[in-house]
Amino acid sequence: MNKPLVLHLGLIALLIVLQFVLPVYHHGVLARVLVMATYAMGYNILFGYTGLLSLGHAMFFAAGLYGMGLSVQHLGLSVGPAFLIGILASALLSLAVGLLALRTIGVAFMIVTLMFSQTIFLTILYFNSITRGDEGFVIQQSVRQIGRLDLSDPSTRYFSALALFAIVLLAVLWLVRSPTGRVLIAIRENEPRAKMLGYDTWRYKLAAIVMSGTVAGTAGAAYGVLFGYVGASFAQVPYSIFPLLWVLLGGAGTVMGPLVGTLFMFYLIDLSSAVTDAYMLVVGVVLVLLTMFARNGLMGVVRERWLKWLP
Amino acid sequence: MAAVNLLSTRAICKEYGGLKAVQNVDFDLPKGEVRALIGPNGAGKTTFVSMLCGRISVSSGVIEFEGRDVTALPAHKRISLGIAYTFQITSIFNNLTAYENVAIAVQGRLGNATNTLDAQTINALTRVGLESRSDQTAGDLAYGHQRLLEIAMGLGQKPKLLILDEPTQGLSDSEINEFKALIRDISKETTILLIEHNIDVVMSLADRITVLNFGEIIAEGTPDEIHTNAKVQLAYLGG
Repeated sequence: MNKPLVLHLGLIALLIVLQFVLPVYHHGVLARVLVMATYAMGYNILFGYTGLLSLGHAMFFAAGLYGMGLSVQHLGLSVGPAFLIGILASALLSLAVGLLALRTIGVAFMIVTLMFSQTIFLTILYFNSITRGDEGFVIQQSVRQIGRLDLSDPSTRYFSALALFAIVLLAVLWLVRSPTGRVLIAIRENEPRAKMLGYDTWRYKLAAIVMSGTVAGTAGAAYGVLFGYVGASFAQVPYSIFPLLWVLLGGAGTVMGPLVGTLFMFYLIDLSSAVTDAYMLVVGVVLVLLTMFARNGLMGVVRERWLKWLP
Repeated sequence: MAAVNLLSTRAICKEYGGLKAVQNVDFDLPKGEVRALIGPNGAGKTTFVSMLCGRISVSSGVIEFEGRDVTALPAHKRISLGIAYTFQITSIFNNLTAYENVAIAVQGRLGNATNTLDAQTINALTRVGLESRSDQTAGDLAYGHQRLLEIAMGLGQKPKLLILDEPTQGLSDSEINEFKALIRDISKETTILLIEHNIDVVMSLADRITVLNFGEIIAEGTPDEIHTNAKVQLAYLGG
């Protein structure tokens, strides 16, 4: 029996059921979390499975977001084709960044990705007349439709987000258990050894950056379509740090970790800010505790303790 | 010797700044041989074999493998031609299972055609006697078993040339005896180049021995010839 597949299909089934039982507020939250978790899953391909720490993934998210948004705004495209342009933009950007950034390793790689991402952010600000800079722009509700589907309708939006999440979840599950995934993990664990076993590790790392950046960009494009806002804040440093944080909390190198981490972080802020104004203090303490006692993240602990086979 | 050379080098050198780690080495390794490479510490043995497998580049000279000039090829391409290298300092995938370690090695040769991967992985683990530990995390294995795992990875690559860099370092006497039997077994199908300090291992395994000192070959011959060679004794004992 294929336990991992059953488990992940079960998760998708659970998320389908939740759509019908969740109160309105949590329903809306979960739709947003699913898109952000998709972003984090993209990040996890590079960080969790290949062992490359990027500090610039916001640029890929933004490439998808702006690729989609600008196509609607200035080319008058409908959101379907615009969504595809967003994906393509992030794929091309990740290829270009990969070719340059992979000349470096370790800390230099982190710095280079951070710098590239800042460049993209500043470029968005610079072309203020096209991008509306900091302020951003709204994708009108009237355009956010594919055929007769109104993507701004909460229920349709939830299912669209879930569909995206499910596709990426199953794709990542397939990837990490495929021969390619085995090589990525080998690179994460010991790159010099992987090289001496005959793998062109540079090419695998480039492929990982492109896959990772494209998934991140797909999440960005979907975010713009589903929530109707395109803004430069998504290209800023915090949006490069969030996926790292979510993945670390949920469990780097686990397929479900990104969702668990994103969900956990969102509700940690949500619930603690309902109790106190000093909610960041609560968040900080919880994060410190988690890094002390669950170094491999929540799903990492699940894997260590109970489910050794968890991919 | 009439045998075909699997690997030859012509005048290869490696310089680090002014330091000549390896100079003008002409080396021929006939197919099917077990060759030991010995020499005092710092003689350039690891540097030399690292140039053979492509971990480091040559400063000058030519390396041929199966008659083909491989001097400019990156490591991963030389590996895919059939050279395998096991590291002097144990280099395995510590957080993965013994099975995964070998599977990664086997897959490097099979590419994406992985239908026999499982069988070949188990086979390599069985040959070194680790099949019962295949689910253990490699980093948790005893040191001797980690060295065996390295050999299993080398076997999984089914190389034409297996380069072993000080494989018996840190092993117990009984482990060394098992290791010798294993190498004899492997040598039936693979040419082996062995860097080794344990002279007993060298004498009992090697068909021929090459002695390196200060980056140059000072002697080459059968174990008996090397045993009585005055230059070799001088290099080891000092003059």
